[in-house]
Amino acid sequence: MNPSKARAAALLALLSFTAACAGWSARGASPNGGSPAPVVEAVPGPASPPPRPLNGELTVFAAASLTEAFAAIAQAFSHAHPEVDVLLNLAGSQRLASQVLQGAPADVLATADRAQLAAVVEAGLIRGQPQAFATNSLQIAVEPGNPLGIVGLADLTRGDIVVVLAAPAVPAGRYAAEALATAGVTATPASLETDVRGVVAKVRLGEADAGIVYRSDVQAADGDVEGVALPAASDVVAVYPIALLGDAPNPAAAEAFVDFVTSPEAQRILRDHGFGPAP
Amino acid sequence: MTGQPGRRPETRRRRGASRPRRPLPPLPPLPSLPSLPWVLGPLAAVAAGLLVLPLVGLVVRTPWPRLGVLLSDPAVLAALRLSLVASLLALALSTVVGVPLAWVLARVPFPGKRLVRALCVLPMVLPPVVGGVALLLVFGRRGLVGAPLAALTGVTLPFSLAGVVLAATFVAMPFLVVTVEAGLRSMDRRYEHAAATLGASRWTVFRRVTLPLVGPSLGAGMALCWARALGEFGATITFAGNLPGRTQTLPLAVYLQLETDPDVAVLLSLLMLGVSVAVLLALRDRYFGVGAGSRR
Repeated sequence: MNPSKARAAALLALLSFTAACAGWSARGASPNGGSPAPVVEAVPGPASPPPRPLNGELTVFAAASLTEAFAAIAQAFSHAHPEVDVLLNLAGSQRLASQVLQGAPADVLATADRAQLAAVVEAGLIRGQPQAFATNSLQIAVEPGNPLGIVGLADLTRGDIVVVLAAPAVPAGRYAAEALATAGVTATPASLETDVRGVVAKVRLGEADAGIVYRSDVQAADGDVEGVALPAASDVVAVYPIALLGDAPNPAAAEAFVDFVTSPEAQRILRDHGFGPAP
Repeated sequence: MTGQPGRRPETRRRRGASRPRRPLPPLPPLPSLPSLPWVLGPLAAVAAGLLVLPLVGLVVRTPWPRLGVLLSDPAVLAALRLSLVASLLALALSTVVGVPLAWVLARVPFPGKRLVRALCVLPMVLPPVVGGVALLLVFGRRGLVGAPLAALTGVTLPFSLAGVVLAATFVAMPFLVVTVEAGLRSMDRRYEHAAATLGASRWTVFRRVTLPLVGPSLGAGMALCWARALGEFGATITFAGNLPGRTQTLPLAVYLQLETDPDVAVLLSLLMLGVSVAVLLALRDRYFGVGAGSRR
């Protein structure tokens, strides 16, 4: 009798535990614990936008290359909406997409290519249409002063050069592969990093002599690496889409944020960080 | 409840034996002894659930129909082979230099020993990523040791198998050192003294007496070290990079496959789970069971 009773008690404990967790996360998902009850009403209704000041937490998943630009944009957005707490989750777009596919609670997703967003769109997890909001181009990141004299993609095949690329699933890796293929160059990378900033870091630390990154990354490295531009023929235009997520915990703020990203103010911030205008 | 009435007289008899010839006072009924606070039961169940449920989930979600195809995938095999080679090399390196370190820490008095020991076991509690960064700063191409090494020999450690081994050794060797040192400390040193008085040289005593006596500790330390090396992730991806077939070990492959083919990630995870279970099974009697304590 006793063992089965114990088992039942254990099961009960487990169930109550999971229930408690579920309760917690449900409460955590509602915007901003600090503000009073009416906030909760903002969750269900994306259809009728009441003229109420935005508040709560806004979770933005953004590609690693957007790190500085989105930090500045989030700051500017918070300036306009002081009650909104913008949380940035920065990683390789492929990781962000897989996190969203596995149910990560996010309001907005901004990736560095359309391919990574496509899986999320197919899964029916976004609301409305993704909007392209920025473009980028590729550069070869090298040591400041370019001591090895790297002038183009063809140099990446040299035996004395350690090349690091982003993994093929990472947008920057896919764009790099495209550029290399267009130029007819076969580079043998020493490592395939999980996001473009990993590539920058390896060049910055001197572990790699060259890596293919975005122009904006070279600018963000602030002199620690130098960028070698690619000839127009082999350059690739990286298009950055942004999308509202269907399960957004804070849809009103999410919409406002996406609108803000396409506003002249945010576009100027993006341009200052080395991004190009939306196509 | 059924087991306890039978156990009670036994306990009484044993207590009586230690104090002979005195009439025993009647024991109070058992329920007055707070044997197990009832709250512990559910809490223990929560703990067990937290530890076991994820593993159950892994087994449940394994794509069994694809198992055969995935297991013969060259990429999977390459990661598995690399992981085995690198972790065994790390184990060998850890054993060759870690046992002497344990011996010095256990036997040789020197000033600042406690500090040295603390520093040597620090990687056990250090986040592995931090270890990877530290390794880069020392053994990287521009590192304190790496730069002269590259200049003199042309050898660079990052992005190579040597880098993977070094990262794994850095995080795993302390487990071996700590375990072997504890074994050396708890060892009965009279055997060593006896051997020495019988004319054995120090090296002979170490080889023929000390080593066999710490055998169980050494085995346990090696098992822990190997398991830790096999699972190493943070220091590896930071220091050795990630290239399939060269530096992409199983844990790295799991992490990266999750974003391209989750099925493969689950399968690789299951593979590592199998290895871990095998290690535990192989060790359950020899090192972790009661046998190790009572055999001596």
